[in-house]
Amino acid sequence: MSINRRNFFKVLGVTGLTLATGSALKAKTASPESEKEFSGILFDSTRCLGCQSCEKACAKVNNLPKPTEKPEVGVIRETNETRRTVINTYNTSKGEFSIKKQCMHCNEPACAAACLTQAMYKTKEGPVIWRADKCMGCRYCMVSCPFDVPKFEYHSSNPQIVKCTMCYDRLLEGKIPACVYACTGDALHFGTRKELIKEARRRIQENPDDYEDHIYGEHEAGGTSFLYLTAGPINELGFKNTLQNSSYPSLTKGFLYSVPTIFVLWPSILLGIYEATKNNNSKSESHE
Amino acid sequence: MNNAANLVAKDNQEKATWKFILGELKPKGKWLTPFNIISIPIIILGIVLIVIRFWKGLGSVTNLTQEVPWGLWIGFDVVTGVAFAGGAYVLTFMVYILNMKKYHSIVRVTVLNGFLAYVFYAGALLLDLGRPLNVVNPIIGNNFGVSSVLFLVAWHFLLYMVAQLIEFSPTIAEWLGAKRARKILSGMTIAAVIFGITLSTLHQSGLGALYLMAKEKIHPLWYSEFIPIMFFVSSIFAGLSMVIFEGSITHKVFSDQISEKNHHNHNTIIHGLAKICTGAMFAYLFLQILVFIHEKHWNLINTGMGYWYLFEIIGFVLIPMLLFFFSYRKNNLLLIKVAAIMTMIGIILNRLNVTVIGFKWDAAVRYVPTWMELVVTLTVIFIEIWVFRWVINRMPVLRESPTWVKTER
Repeated sequence: MSINRRNFFKVLGVTGLTLATGSALKAKTASPESEKEFSGILFDSTRCLGCQSCEKACAKVNNLPKPTEKPEVGVIRETNETRRTVINTYNTSKGEFSIKKQCMHCNEPACAAACLTQAMYKTKEGPVIWRADKCMGCRYCMVSCPFDVPKFEYHSSNPQIVKCTMCYDRLLEGKIPACVYACTGDALHFGTRKELIKEARRRIQENPDDYEDHIYGEHEAGGTSFLYLTAGPINELGFKNTLQNSSYPSLTKGFLYSVPTIFVLWPSILLGIYEATKNNNSKSESHE
Repeated sequence: MNNAANLVAKDNQEKATWKFILGELKPKGKWLTPFNIISIPIIILGIVLIVIRFWKGLGSVTNLTQEVPWGLWIGFDVVTGVAFAGGAYVLTFMVYILNMKKYHSIVRVTVLNGFLAYVFYAGALLLDLGRPLNVVNPIIGNNFGVSSVLFLVAWHFLLYMVAQLIEFSPTIAEWLGAKRARKILSGMTIAAVIFGITLSTLHQSGLGALYLMAKEKIHPLWYSEFIPIMFFVSSIFAGLSMVIFEGSITHKVFSDQISEKNHHNHNTIIHGLAKICTGAMFAYLFLQILVFIHEKHWNLINTGMGYWYLFEIIGFVLIPMLLFFFSYRKNNLLLIKVAAIMTMIGIILNRLNVTVIGFKWDAAVRYVPTWMELVVTLTVIFIEIWVFRWVINRMPVLRESPTWVKTER
């Protein structure tokens, strides 16, 4: 087997190209947009009255049916294709508390990393949105989301993925999300993620007896834009407490980084073996 | 004058080609075979269900839920079907790259099988898409989700289908009697093979990597960061077991097409494949045990899912591996076929355990496919077999190439 000039340059070119694009990919994904710009919402369970004002406001701005069920202890309502947020009431060792549930708007969302058309998209403002003109309805976002947030319209011939968008359209108009605007008990607070974490820490520090010393969403799933302050332990309040603290897209990074390597190595190795065995064969054939 | 005559001759030739193709489209042979009697009603029912599915939405036919968005159509049709199609890349590697001439007589049928499997099982993906018209988006660039494993898998499916079509195209050229096209197309084979093997390595493992982000949703006995490697290694013996299984059937059904020499060769081929299966399965088993010990899953063994895991690993990996080993040593063809079938059951179990059975294993409401999902799955398989039979009966896949091919060399 011999490498002629032409082949050498070919391999060199392919290697160079892959290394160049490969490292560009890495640089792009390794540094998520600096989180100080992300907007978020802080939910304080000690202030939530369970009045469902947020649910009603959400239904109104998104043209969804009005909520009919009331939150009840022992009954867990889930978000679905007709409601983007729900309030559930839990009986804990520290009393009864209500918890709001909706999209967490992760810093590095699994759904957006999973989406092959970037229909699920992390905006630079913070909200994770869904874009109808790009989505092909494969539901890989639903498989990947650790919080089971995206919902699918199974009974439609042109289904949509339904989830909270943090009222992205309203944010662009300079307004705050409808749920925050409607909240009667001041349980929801809108701001940049950094401010919210500071505010949450301040509340814990000022009233350490009222709060768990934990901001749910600060580290979970690599950090989320929706943050929770709870009065009771999180495992009594329906939170997922088995989630990892690093981001979910990081789980597939190792595999994705190996792709360019294999794309360079495999063809060269295969071509090498091919050339080697071809020679052997012609020799053995001439013997026959 | 001369020109005009040429044009007329060319026109006549084209007409003859079309007439030939139209003639070939007609069915050959008996109509009322047992296979036809079973498959035709199921296919008709399946097509009706597919119409309903596109008209009324996925929920009207499937049992999919908000928590389990991928069911039988992805877990079996796509993930398992593609594993079984792995025989094509393994065999092309052996024949074209390693130059193992012994296996040359089964390359065409295996590549055909692989190609059809990709067309139909990746095609089954379209049935599962909520907004199937947007399927062109990741190809035309309405946007490229380059951080997505599914983006990689989708592109690889597409490119690999092209590569397999090129690998198979000399057969089509021989069927049509296109001598020049055959020469050009067979010159592209080795490039297509190298490209195809690279793509297969990546998307066989990529199908496993799809599930990496569902870390807490898959039962820990089946979830590990090594899913991609396990999927790749198991695709080797999954594909070869399929080749053994499919070979023993086609050699019965289409025995009139196979030359005496190839008939005789087939047994030694099966022996060779059994040997490779043993090796690949040993590597796979070793990996499984390594992951099991590394992740310290001992406490999970004494549960329902633990027994199910042992059932899969011992019953359908360890035992068929030993069967392959002994039948290879003892020269027992029947035992090899039994081992191949057991291995295939093991692959189905493994893929379904990752994608369906172990997915949200702790959910209050478990996903169980509807009879309609099963019928549609069967429809896809049956149509594939119909097309396979159509091609085998017409093109020189199993039978020898026409004589002009040999004189050309």
